[in-house]
Order: sequence, then C-alpha cells, then structure tokens
Amino acid sequence: MSAEPPAPAVVIRDLRFAWERGGPPLLDIPEFVVGAGERVFLRGPSGAGKSTLLGLIAGVLSPGSGSVSVLGRAVSDLGPARRDQVRADNIGVIFQLFNLLPYLSVLANVTLPCRFSAARAARAGDVEAEARRLLKRLGFSDPALLAAKAAELSVGQQQRVAAARALIGSPGLIIADEPTSALDADSRNAFISLLIEECEASGAALLFVSHDAGLSAHFDRAEDLTRLNRAERTGRAA
Amino acid sequence: MRFPVLGLAIRSALNRRVTAALTMLAVALSVALFLGVEKIRAGAKASFESTISGTDLIVGARSGPVNLLLYSVFRLGDPTANISWESYQLIARQPGVAWTVPLSLGDSHQGYRVMGTDAGYFEHYRYGRRQPLEFAQGHAFEDVFEAVLGAEAARALGYSLGDEITVAHGLGRVSFAEHRENPFTVVGILRPTGTPVDRTVHVPLEGIEAIHIGWETGARSPLAGTLSEEEIRARDLTPDQITAFLIGLDSPVAALRLQRSINTYPGEALSAIMPGVALAQLWSVIGVAERTLIAVSAFVVLVGLTTVLISILTSLNERRREMAILRSLGARPWHIFALLVAEAAFLAFIGALAGAALVYGGLAAAAPLMQARFGVMLTGLGPGAFDLYVIGGVTLAAALMGLGPAWQAFRNSLADGLSIRL
Repeated sequence: MSAEPPAPAVVIRDLRFAWERGGPPLLDIPEFVVGAGERVFLRGPSGAGKSTLLGLIAGVLSPGSGSVSVLGRAVSDLGPARRDQVRADNIGVIFQLFNLLPYLSVLANVTLPCRFSAARAARAGDVEAEARRLLKRLGFSDPALLAAKAAELSVGQQQRVAAARALIGSPGLIIADEPTSALDADSRNAFISLLIEECEASGAALLFVSHDAGLSAHFDRAEDLTRLNRAERTGRAA
Repeated sequence: MRFPVLGLAIRSALNRRVTAALTMLAVALSVALFLGVEKIRAGAKASFESTISGTDLIVGARSGPVNLLLYSVFRLGDPTANISWESYQLIARQPGVAWTVPLSLGDSHQGYRVMGTDAGYFEHYRYGRRQPLEFAQGHAFEDVFEAVLGAEAARALGYSLGDEITVAHGLGRVSFAEHRENPFTVVGILRPTGTPVDRTVHVPLEGIEAIHIGWETGARSPLAGTLSEEEIRARDLTPDQITAFLIGLDSPVAALRLQRSINTYPGEALSAIMPGVALAQLWSVIGVAERTLIAVSAFVVLVGLTTVLISILTSLNERRREMAILRSLGARPWHIFALLVAEAAFLAFIGALAGAALVYGGLAAAAPLMQARFGVMLTGLGPGAFDLYVIGGVTLAAALMGLGPAWQAFRNSLADGLSIRL
C-alpha cells in the first residue's frame, strides 16, 4: 500500500481581493500552486501586491472570492481564529529588515513561534535545544551571541536569526518576503543557499518573494506575479 | 494554560525603559500620596482612639464635648474655665463612682505641658487596650515638689531621676514667668505609651497650688517666692479649682444617668462627656476634610494612571511593526490586545509597588518626628490588606484603561496584516 502524496503547500484558485469592498481588485489570480517541499520564486515590481498575496496565504487577510488552501487546509473557508491557528502551526515567515523583536535575545526570538503554537513546540521537542541547533547550522555557535539582543546584530546576522525563527518547529511552508533586499550580492547568495538547504532538510516548501529577478536561478520554479495576476494585466492594480 | 504575552509585555515595556520608568514614577508618586494620606489618617485615628480607655466620663467646665476632650486628654487647645474643688468633691462622692482623677492644666515646662493630678492618675488611667501606665524608672510622686515625666519629655529634654525642673506660667515654649524658686525633682519616668502622656510633666495638684502662692491674681505679688518649702508644706494646699477630672464607674451602665446629672448640676455649669462619643463627634467634624483629602489624592492616582494611558497610546504607532511581526509568528488578535492590557497593568503594578515602598520608607522615617512634635504615635504603617487592595485596584484600573489602546492595536493588527500599511 502506497502512502498518500503530501498535500500541496499552497493552492490558490480564482482568487480576487480588493482593499475596499466593491473597489477595483488588487489581485485577481485564477490559479497558483506551490507543491509540497517545492521552492518557488515569486517576483513582481513594488506595488504589484506581493505582500498582499502573502497576507492572503498566511490567512491574515481574507479573499473577496475564490479559495486559498495551505497544506490541504482551505484557510479562506476558516474563521479568523482557525486561520490564525493554521498560520501559527504551519507557516514560517521571514520579513525584510528589522523583522526581529529588538528587545528579545537571539534565542528568545527564535523560540517565539513556539509560544503561539503548541503544534510547533511539540514538533520542535526541546524548543531551546532545537533553536540552538538551528542557530548553529546558521553560523551562531557563540553562546554570547545567542544571549545578545537582536538589535545588537548585523543585518546579515538578523536575517539568519529570522530564518531560524521561521524554520523552528518544522512548518510545512516558509514565506520569505524580500528577505535579501538589504544584503550585498555575496551575502544574499549565501543566505538563499542556506535557506534552501534548511528547507530541504525540514521538507518545507519555500515561497520566496522578491522584485529581483536575478535570484530566480536558486529555485525550482519562478513565477511572475504580474503574469499570474489578471488585475495587474488589465491595469486595475492598486 | 499558556499565557505567551505577559513576558513579552514586560520586556517590551522595559525596552522603552525611560518612558516606562517615568510612567512608573508617576504612578508610584500618586500611589504614595494616596497611601500616605490614608495611613497617616488611619494611624492618627488609631493613636487618638488609643489615648484613653477605661474612663467612663470626663468632666470639665461647660463647653463643647470635642473641646473638653481635646484639652483634657490630648493637651490640645485651652480650657474655657475651671471647675470648683467643691463640685469635684461632690461628684466624686456620688454613688456608683469607683474613682476620680483630677486634672489641672495651664502651666508648662520648655514647651511640654505640666499637669497637676494625684497619685490615682497612675493607678487608674488606661490607654490603648486598657493598658496601665508603667514606670520605666522611679515611682509616682509622693511629695509636693516631685514630678513624673512622660517618656518623650524625659528623652527630649535629657532628664533623669533626681534632676530638678522649674515650671513656667502659660503654655508657650518660651516663658517670661517661671516659678524658679520652687523646683520639682524628677522621681519617675513613664514608659512610652504613644499618647500625649509621653509629652506631659506630671506634678501633684498640691505642687501646682504651691507654686502659685503669690500668683493668685495671675501676676507675681510680693508674697511669691518668699516662703520656704517648709512654710509652703505647712499651708493648706488643697486647690480651689481644677481644670477637669476623669471618672471611672462601678458599672458603665450608670454613665448616662450620671452624665445627665452632671450636665444639669445646678451649682456650676459643667459638662460631662463620654470619651468614645466625643471622639466620634471629633471624627465627624474632621471627616469632611478627611474625605476631601482622600478624594484629592484619589484624583492624583487617576492622573498617574492617565500617564500609563498616554505612554501606551504614544507608543502605538511606533509599535505597529512589532505587532505585525507577532501576528506573522502566530499571535492572534487577542494576543495583541492582551499584550497592551498586560503592559498597562505591569507598569501600574510596579509603580504601585514602588509607591507603597516609598510610603513605608517615608513614614518609618517620619514617625519618630510625628511622635516627638505632636505626641502622635502612628501605628499600622507597615504593609496591610488595604495596601494590597490599593495596589490591586490601581493595577486593575490601569488594565481597564489599557483597553482603549489595546483595541486600537487590535484594529491596527487586523488592518496591517503581515506588513505595515502606514
């Protein structure tokens, strides 16, 4: 008997979203799929609606119509509390700059998602040990550095801590929103390689969003939001 | 149940430590004022209430009950008039009267009141929970020119047994009419009582009479100071008048009847008061001022709490990114809501604790001064249930005030999503 294939990380069908009810849609996407464990690069210019799309996938925003499923769960059909739960349990997010809480230590920042998700805490096991392990793989082995406040780190170090935070508790989907925009070329490539390695190791799908098309070579597949989004094509984008 | 935001709220508040410290300072000062006022009020009240016990009636010249109580027991203010020795004797012989203690006031020693009385005072006077007066050193006076000092008077003036003191006319700290020719010898020093007794110089009634020979008109006559101690002792030193007297009854049930009888005594205009009733009247008189003071300090607490609200409201915009990050990590909107409420409660709680500590320290330092200057021994200055209620109440009020900014942050977090849309 063969095992059931894992559910796709993201499935979007007939998605329409507008910031104002009845207003022109910012997003109108017939279909967009990220397979389980797949690493997808999504590019688009500033203002194309990339962050909005991530908000819809993460369940922070609700579509006007259509459906969004994450790891087999139709988040668009769920109430706000259930959507929050799905996000907490299954999605790790990496932002652009300043995405760590400056008043927490490196270790506390990494373990933070496990405070909000019992499932991720359970998957991590010993949460602090898992955080140390992830940080070590990402180049943090100095105990003094683990206790340092996030605000004391360099930009590159902050990005690696953010990656560890997104990966802890093995979420099935990692969303990265322009995480390399402040890094130089060498650091950027090293960070992306590290991130992909970690996603592979944990089996997580990666949806990497950037306006920099030059990064697409690192990924299994690249998509252009301006082509996915009919609203953009018809000139109705916000 | 896990509560993931409390630690975050504390660390987030401490991250803005200057603002947080100033906010907590405002709360601390306001709570210190409120608790301080309440503790001084309650302490002074307890001190007043413990000053006299076991005395059923106090009798003086016709006046208001509060005035009679204040000058006869608390040594505050001046008597309106004296009462005759005959009236005192007559009332002392009434059936049901167990004991009487005469009091004669009007002189002083270096700002401390001198009170003429008899040895029965040390036997019958009770304070607190019917505690008797006790001697730290020496004994009650037995001779005309002997004195017993209250503990504070002896300590402050540095007297010990065998020292001689002179009594001055009037009640001022400085007097131009002293009875230098008739000094009193200190034969006893009382243990501290926390009552005006501590600040009193006790001498025999006969001693008061003796030093006033030649001063009958109120001014010094040629006779004053010319008599030897032997000549004075040979004279009849029974006073013509006294200021007031205390009455202890065989049964307190008889107090009302005797009070009515004294108040309608045809021979002289007298007032008899029950100490407890007069105290209750005193509290009702000063109750308005008390309530006003408490209301003012409560408003100051409200101002302190408002600083918590202002501090959080002004930080909301700069913290939208923090909220968005938390949301991306799985925080529910109610987590964001709770974060703000918890922060308000935390700032108020620490501020209130600091305020209470400030009060304990301040009052511990001020209590000896209060006792030395006013003879009021403040009690109950340490932590108590009331303080816990105040700290709890302030924390709860701050949490309620935090609901406003929390709601704003909640709405922001829903609108911002995973990124900030300012």
